[in-house]
Amino acid sequence: MSTTAAALHDHHEPQLTGIKRWLLTTNHKDIGTLYLWFSFIMFLLGGGMALIIRAELFQPGLQIVDPQFFNSMTTMHALVMIFGGVMPAFVGLANWMIPMMIGAPDMALPRMNNWSFWILPFAFAMLISTLFMRGGAPAAGWTMYAPLVLQTGDAFPFMIFSIHLLGISSVMGAINIIATVLNMRAPGMSLMRMPLFVWTWLITAYLLIAVIPVLAGAVTMLLTDKFFGTSFFNPAGGGDPVLFQHIFWFFGHPEVYILILPAFGVMSQIIPTFARKPLFGYASMVYASASIAFLSFIVWAHHMFTVGMPLAGELFFMFSTMLIAIPTGVKVFNWVATMWRGAMTFETPMLFAIAFVVLFTIGGFSGLMLAITPADFQYHDSYFVVAHFHYVLVPGAIFALIAAVYFWLPKWTGHMYSEALGKWHFWLSAVSLNVTFFPMHFVGLAGMQRRVPDYALQFADFNAISSVGAFIFGTSQLLFLYLVIKCIRGGPQASARVWEGAHGLEWTVPSPAPAHTFNTVPDSEVIRRETLA
Amino acid sequence: MFIARAAWRLLVGSVILLAAVPALAEWAINMPRGVTPISHEIYDLHMTIFSICVAIGALVFGVMFFSIWKHRKSRGAKADNFHESQTVEIIWTVIPFLILIGMAFPATKTLIKMEDMSDIEMTVKITGYQWMWHYDYLEDGVSFYSRLDANSNKTRQLDSGLNPGDVPDYLLNVDKPLVLPVGVKIRLLTTAADVIHSWWVPQLGVKKDAIPGFINEFWTQIEQPGVYRGVCAELCGKDHGFMPVVVKAVNQDEYQAWLQSQRDVTPKTASL
Repeated sequence: MSTTAAALHDHHEPQLTGIKRWLLTTNHKDIGTLYLWFSFIMFLLGGGMALIIRAELFQPGLQIVDPQFFNSMTTMHALVMIFGGVMPAFVGLANWMIPMMIGAPDMALPRMNNWSFWILPFAFAMLISTLFMRGGAPAAGWTMYAPLVLQTGDAFPFMIFSIHLLGISSVMGAINIIATVLNMRAPGMSLMRMPLFVWTWLITAYLLIAVIPVLAGAVTMLLTDKFFGTSFFNPAGGGDPVLFQHIFWFFGHPEVYILILPAFGVMSQIIPTFARKPLFGYASMVYASASIAFLSFIVWAHHMFTVGMPLAGELFFMFSTMLIAIPTGVKVFNWVATMWRGAMTFETPMLFAIAFVVLFTIGGFSGLMLAITPADFQYHDSYFVVAHFHYVLVPGAIFALIAAVYFWLPKWTGHMYSEALGKWHFWLSAVSLNVTFFPMHFVGLAGMQRRVPDYALQFADFNAISSVGAFIFGTSQLLFLYLVIKCIRGGPQASARVWEGAHGLEWTVPSPAPAHTFNTVPDSEVIRRETLA
Repeated sequence: MFIARAAWRLLVGSVILLAAVPALAEWAINMPRGVTPISHEIYDLHMTIFSICVAIGALVFGVMFFSIWKHRKSRGAKADNFHESQTVEIIWTVIPFLILIGMAFPATKTLIKMEDMSDIEMTVKITGYQWMWHYDYLEDGVSFYSRLDANSNKTRQLDSGLNPGDVPDYLLNVDKPLVLPVGVKIRLLTTAADVIHSWWVPQLGVKKDAIPGFINEFWTQIEQPGVYRGVCAELCGKDHGFMPVVVKAVNQDEYQAWLQSQRDVTPKTASL
């Protein structure tokens, strides 16, 4: 029935084929697909850089790359993974799912949607081209601390311009999501009935609009310091290198929640589905997300305890940072309570979700440890920090993304993926990721600093183990690529509902979802049945 | 060769990981307890918070895995429908809050001690350069540079063909260590001449950024003589990994003798 409805509406758009379909598309599903494929390519690229890093660190001494190139790799790995991998992947999910979840026909601003995607390939082409420039790619870390970053060669203005472009793309994406969620919900889809994924993205979008301009300001000040004789960050001209860190982390801390809040949303969709039980504490989940977003603005200087701060500052940022543990804890407790007395099954999305809850929480614990200022003086800039943020980003953000792909892939393609391959992918990833990142806690505590291409001998064994784990983890992701392509090409037909315990408007449309959904508003009775309030 | 060594490491690694805890000590898996009053306090704080986290983790994951085992469809579990309880939400907001307050007290006490700059007996100014350290004994007119030792430096070059295993204290040795007396409250000032560096010695429980245009201060009081090794912790460019810190702590007599020998070789110059 819906298929015929969709066919009737197809005359709105000329049928474009080939490259033009993708270049000119204003369809939220096509744009979501573009975002997801783009981010997957960026994951492979950033992952390749990580493997160069791990290959060099496999044993002490320098065997493969020189230290300058090594620093370029750590810098580019972070920039590519954060701005090219995780952020666009979540925007892709938002594009695909938000209109279907709130009963809207498309995003509110479809042409801007097209533009905000197509900026990305050009921005990254520019950023990656810096690898071939005189002086090499940026090598001052993704944090771009002045004055070191001002020593970058020809790559410098290209890095800054690409960050400006990425920022424009993100802000446009965020505006689009806010406009869509606030204006295009089907009647009956009140705010407190929205799926948690929509809620967390709405909050994330506000964070993006608040902090991306701050980053743009910071990098513009770098640009004028380098080329136009200003001294914002140059003490010789009356400037202040620490100012850059304050501005950067005022962006940077909300940024880490930009990377993780949509992941919380994904978890809150998947766990109830496979526990066959409504999400526990829906309202408190919404309030916890909002509290985390608010707190993220008042904790930034916990990245800077060793910079030197008055005692009052150190205490304020220690206490405010510790507070974040409370709403984050509430989320974890709610997920566990959702599982409690459910009727659980363990398909691949659920496996990744369970791994997320455990491993993200471990990353949360090390985060709490880092909040304790006196101890932070030992942890700061050591491999302990590297372990911490990889635990929240890899089994956190990236596992959530992978889980989301498995969860919604049957809806997107109309085919079930291979559960056996999915389980292989899960176990290989979950084990190898711990082999990679867990030893980093140890070497960090024992005194190994981050961002070095070589190390003292007492760190050799753990580093070798990490490298072996990293290569297994990297290779396992090719299995994921194979599985996704196989699923697109064919497989058992998926039903509209796909999962026995699935609830939400996206499960009321056929699989694969037709190009146009909800051209007529869904029945408010359906909305009441599919959402919880 | 490459692969054989990797396989060997992996094998040794897994054997040691499975072996008794004392064997792990040689692997340096934890923060050192250190040799200053502050480093001891930091270590105790670290272990306390770590234990609290382990306890919370055991509880939460315990409940979760019990549920995963018990409430699975394959065991015939029927899903309940409860999904809201203000009481439990309040409980699991308040209890963590109380635990956090319990953590904040000792942390605040230690922090106040770290920032207490009273009763200073001597001062050394540390300046970070790309890529070496400069030490300046402000009261005694002694100053010198401290660089990565020649042996490590030769070995660490790309394709040097030399085995780091043959170099004693590879990458953690310098040509001229910072010599400090034990039992004295020493003020350390950090600054930098080019980019930001960070002076870190884990055994002393200190890490402070060295920032151009700023002078940061902190203090240390070393309890026992010994050689304590550290590194530059803030990315400072190409050779960031190759500017170690070595502190040689000696007793007062030895320190005075060393100071005298330095005065003989270094002409008294104004500090940088």
